[in-house]
Amino acid sequence: MIKEFDWLKYKKIYFAISITMIVICAYSLINWGLKLGIEFTGGVEAEYKYTEEVNLDKLTSKLEEKEIVISSSQKTKQSTYIFKVADLNEEKRVEFKEIMGENLEEIRFELVGPSIGPELVKKTYYAIAIAAGSILLWVAYQFKSVKYGVSAIAAMLHDTFILIGSFSLLGHFLGAEVDFLFVTAVLTTLSFSVHDTIVVYDRIREIKKKHGGSVTDIANRALTETMRRSINNSLTIAFVLASLAIIGGDTIRWFAAALLIGTILGTYSSPFVAVPLLETWENIAKKRKKE
Amino acid sequence: MNKSVGRNLLIIFLLTFFSVLISLPRELPIKFEIGPIKVDQTFTRQPILGRDMDLKLGLDLIGGTRLTFEAKTDDINESNREKALESLKEVIARRVNLFGVSEPNIFLSTFEGKNRVVVELPGIDNTQDAIDLVGKTAQLIFAEVVEPTEGDENSQGGLVPTDLTGADLESADVVFDNVSGKPAVQIVFTPEGGDKFAEITGRNIKKVLPIVLDNDVVSAPLVQDRIEGGKAQITGEFSVEEAKNLAIQLNAGALPLNIELVEERTVGATLGSDSIDKSVRAGLIGIAVVMVFMIVMYRKLGVVADVGLIIYGVMTLALYKIIPVVLTLPGIAGFLLSVGMAVDSNILIFERFREEKIKGVNLEYAMEISFGRAWDSIRDANIATLVTAFILANPFDWQFLHTSGPVRGFAITLAIGVGLSMFTGIFVSRNLLRLFIRSKFK
Repeated sequence: MIKEFDWLKYKKIYFAISITMIVICAYSLINWGLKLGIEFTGGVEAEYKYTEEVNLDKLTSKLEEKEIVISSSQKTKQSTYIFKVADLNEEKRVEFKEIMGENLEEIRFELVGPSIGPELVKKTYYAIAIAAGSILLWVAYQFKSVKYGVSAIAAMLHDTFILIGSFSLLGHFLGAEVDFLFVTAVLTTLSFSVHDTIVVYDRIREIKKKHGGSVTDIANRALTETMRRSINNSLTIAFVLASLAIIGGDTIRWFAAALLIGTILGTYSSPFVAVPLLETWENIAKKRKKE
Repeated sequence: MNKSVGRNLLIIFLLTFFSVLISLPRELPIKFEIGPIKVDQTFTRQPILGRDMDLKLGLDLIGGTRLTFEAKTDDINESNREKALESLKEVIARRVNLFGVSEPNIFLSTFEGKNRVVVELPGIDNTQDAIDLVGKTAQLIFAEVVEPTEGDENSQGGLVPTDLTGADLESADVVFDNVSGKPAVQIVFTPEGGDKFAEITGRNIKKVLPIVLDNDVVSAPLVQDRIEGGKAQITGEFSVEEAKNLAIQLNAGALPLNIELVEERTVGATLGSDSIDKSVRAGLIGIAVVMVFMIVMYRKLGVVADVGLIIYGVMTLALYKIIPVVLTLPGIAGFLLSVGMAVDSNILIFERFREEKIKGVNLEYAMEISFGRAWDSIRDANIATLVTAFILANPFDWQFLHTSGPVRGFAITLAIGVGLSMFTGIFVSRNLLRLFIRSKFK
């Protein structure tokens, strides 16, 4: 037999860790918010590589003559610049490109109209609601218990919130932006978190059927038996995603980072949030019944 | 059981063989030298199922432009709106085809009463030209100049449109003006259009006949004589490109609705190929680390898992080509994430196997029971992922969800990955392990 370990003895520590993370994320979100990309704010983001060095001040003043205000310009590599403009309509777009000059290579150019952002937010809400709702139903149906479903969803929301909060921190300190792909990463985290929780739940169900025993013992045993698997699996996913985040290029860097954070959270929250919650709830429910 | 393992291994072998065949590039140069044997030839795959089975790459990888236009449909009533949007799409498609873009993708998208047309143009480097070409309405009208009637205070002079319009055109071409040498657009009318034109020029001799394009007078030639033969020339301050675009627009017909550019996404070819290089390299390194990790953790079992993983990779690539999936950068990320999940099936089983082995049951039995039990977890867990992938991929184009290319690309590769990993993780690994365990005992 694998050595039993009383995981749930330390559940207060797990709750404390989660609460600390949530508080830090809430603080960051309230104070600094999220650094929204142009998909949400609207505007233009253009990256140009010039064949020769350019005078940024000259460019900026030329643009200002046409009432085009650059909100930020950043040199990324040798004679490569990223320009951001808050708003640009079709006519201004032509003027912008004319002023930017001819001696350049357009690496990328993104223009997003003001109506796109709010739509994106709305569609994201719908997607999260539908995903969370159907997963809740699936888990509750599979394990014939609302407690299982709700604990799994609580762990899932825990992961989602901390992921969003960590991007608020990353945005504040490292300039990470929240874009369309981040939304995708959040939704993937939703499913990954539940994916992992189900594996542990499945073991709980099996032990309960075969051996029975107190809720705490069953949960402890299930945690022991799945811990190695959880760690090993999240390591393999982390290897791939970390490699993508480090050398996969700028376009995909923050997306891979978001998926990586989500994966780690998803693995962490199954044994240390979902199961302790479920165990605490089951015990409270039992006590009530007795009384 | 002997029989079924043999049969299953044959199935796996055949599937892998065909997957490798499809996964390989269409033209594969083979060059090697072993002693006196020299091989230097190119292996070319014949089309399979009538297709060339090339991997389709998204705009973010090959470079190109994605333009989203919003159609102004306020002044069109509900019943005609759909028809107008369909014909808008058709006209844009005609224009793009005449412009000569290979494999463009044009589709309509609606959200809360806003109607949009998305135009994806791979490999375009001059976006401005593309926007001008697609976005102009190209409503062509020949107008008459009417003088105010003398003595009548209420009568106003001005332009009066005739019944001769772009609809009467047979074709339009770029020509160079005989006198000035400047580019111009030569139009040929349909027979009816020619008659109308003759009649209009006939009653406007020694007068100007303005040509109005999208409410702007582009030229106002002086009519010298009644013009028979149904040909006319539009001159103006055109560059060659502008003249070419105008000719395309006239040939394709006028847009039935006014449209406005609301979103543009251009990725240069350099960034695209750079993204491919970097993400493929990152993916290979990541997968290599995973494979080494599996061998370190599970020794011989790890080797079996790695063989399964390679088969998984080859089959995934083959499926991308068969379906076909348009591979995007987030799609590559989705694939890599699914590699992690594919390995998960094996880890679950191997951990189970370890436990059963500790209990002291025989290996073959331990293996069978591990697969049986782990399958429940794998199935239940993967269904949760498939649900999310389904919502993100939005296969039924529900308009209240995302219909964006990148998100969809990610979800589709993730879903294929999860689905296929259930097959390779269980069926392939199981049969390989059966073979492995048996050979160990005999």
